[in-house]
Amino acid sequence: MTARDFVSSDKFNELVRSRWTFSFIMLAILFVMYYGYIFLVALNREFLAKMVGNNITMGTVLFVLVIIGAWLLTVVYVLWANASYDKKVEALKKDLQ
Amino acid sequence: MESTLGKPNLTAILFFVLVVIGTMVITYFAARKTKTTSEFYAAGRSVTGFQNGLALAGDYMSAASFLGISGMVALKGYDGMIYAVGWLVGWPALMFLIAEPLRNLGKYTFADVVASRLRQGPIRIASAVGGILVVLCYTIAQMVGSGKLIQLMFGMPYEMAEIIVGVVMLLYVLFGGMLATTWVQIIKACLLLFGVTVLTLLALNKFGFSISNMLGQVQAMYPDANMLNPGGLIKNPLDALSLGLALMFGLLGLPHILMRFFTVPDAKEARKSVVYATSFIGYFYLVIPVVGFTAAVLIGKDAILGIDKGGNMAAPALAELLGGTPFLGFIAAVAFATILAVVAGLTLAASSAMSHDIYVSVFKKGTATEAEQVKVARISVIIFGIFAVGLGILFKGQNVAFLVGLAFAIAASANFPALFLSIVWKKFTTQGAVWSILAGALSATVLIIISPTVWVDVLHHEKAIFPLKNPAVVSMTLSFAVAFIASIMTPDKKAQDQYEEDKIRVYLGVGAE
Repeated sequence: MTARDFVSSDKFNELVRSRWTFSFIMLAILFVMYYGYIFLVALNREFLAKMVGNNITMGTVLFVLVIIGAWLLTVVYVLWANASYDKKVEALKKDLQ
Repeated sequence: MESTLGKPNLTAILFFVLVVIGTMVITYFAARKTKTTSEFYAAGRSVTGFQNGLALAGDYMSAASFLGISGMVALKGYDGMIYAVGWLVGWPALMFLIAEPLRNLGKYTFADVVASRLRQGPIRIASAVGGILVVLCYTIAQMVGSGKLIQLMFGMPYEMAEIIVGVVMLLYVLFGGMLATTWVQIIKACLLLFGVTVLTLLALNKFGFSISNMLGQVQAMYPDANMLNPGGLIKNPLDALSLGLALMFGLLGLPHILMRFFTVPDAKEARKSVVYATSFIGYFYLVIPVVGFTAAVLIGKDAILGIDKGGNMAAPALAELLGGTPFLGFIAAVAFATILAVVAGLTLAASSAMSHDIYVSVFKKGTATEAEQVKVARISVIIFGIFAVGLGILFKGQNVAFLVGLAFAIAASANFPALFLSIVWKKFTTQGAVWSILAGALSATVLIIISPTVWVDVLHHEKAIFPLKNPAVVSMTLSFAVAFIASIMTPDKKAQDQYEEDKIRVYLGVGAE
């Protein structure tokens, strides 16, 4: 099997597709999180000023959530890549030999 | 208590000398392992994911983000926190879109990736121009900022500060290459994270470890300033979108950050390093507001403004108040180490663009011997080092804050589109890459000059010609549009075939350097 046939095989294409599908889903979540936050800052200040605790505003809570959320996305990506992507890569590498 | 800020401080100098001696010892050992090009630029690909994560964090957490954001929170409150979030969100995007393919396709620079299936000459020149422009803007901002900071902290003359930064950083890069630079970054990142943690704990201790108590005192002290809510940083959504795009995708086009991914052995370690980097940087931005708010309460805004109009001395002043002169000395030395490390990383990135992309790949058409390549790399390090110090002195006293925004705008509009499209778009061509890089770099530069950031804040005109503070939304769109049109107009069958063949390397890592 030539390199060309290999990369046009269904198995390989499935790998590429799953990689980018997952990446773009994660990117979309990141966008919703970050721009959701930024647009709230720009457009809905009353919501951010809401007190959710003693001196803790909704804005402060969201600040923490966006940072932790962004970090969690990287963790989820690595867990996915280790569990799913790497296994497919190993299988494909065996086929290549 | 009489402040020793701005006076030569014995503990500061002691800690500073310790940091320099420690890093020089590392440089000495690194130098013995730095003989080939791969060792000089990529530390022999021997860096682990954890180490690279720390080094990436070291590269990214500059003195500007430590002193600048804590100062901004101290003076403006919540706006500083919005800013901090923006600096973090590029990291997940870097992981999803770039990190692994970059590692698998590249050798020493991001231009390797763009040029991998296109015509070497024009691509290398265009990417090197984009890369060097970004690094230069970033370096000038860092050098001018560092001269001022060192002056404020140690009372040292500005020019002398520039020269010391230049010389020490040259020693690291010149002799120890990427290996020494990486270890300098790791040490600096650990010192910075340690210093910030201690400062935060000391600060929280004053409020009985209650965030709510701290924020309550901020509110009580500045009832009219509305410190706990957004202020004037983001007013209209389009401005917010544009700044957000620049910060997020700018990271994906910063040459000194991208270069770090070639120091790890494979794509798996590359992705691991992003998680570690995001953990350290996220933690850093999460706790920095505590430092800022505490400084606002315990030092007071007027006193902070009295030391430095930009508010940059909020964190050092707080360190002195809470931990005395020795702790101030430690924080000042950490800030100095931070500056050294960031400038060293930038210099290495500029050197790789000049020597690997331009000299070796364009002039020598890839035929230079190992010895010659390392020699040229070192010469370009010296040239860039002299430039950095010279420009730092030249721009003394200038308002260069816009240069960081410009660096991110060019990175997002010139480097990122070409890099991303060369990974994901089969029909991308040489013409498409070259013209999109040029269009992105040029439009970002011109638009930022006529934007409020420069036209009003620096040149003091009444009203800006271009309404947005950061041009990324326009310049990035333009760059992608140009890439698309130019590529469609110049179909390249060979590049498309090569794209298919490269897939084995991109997705499986087979054949990666």
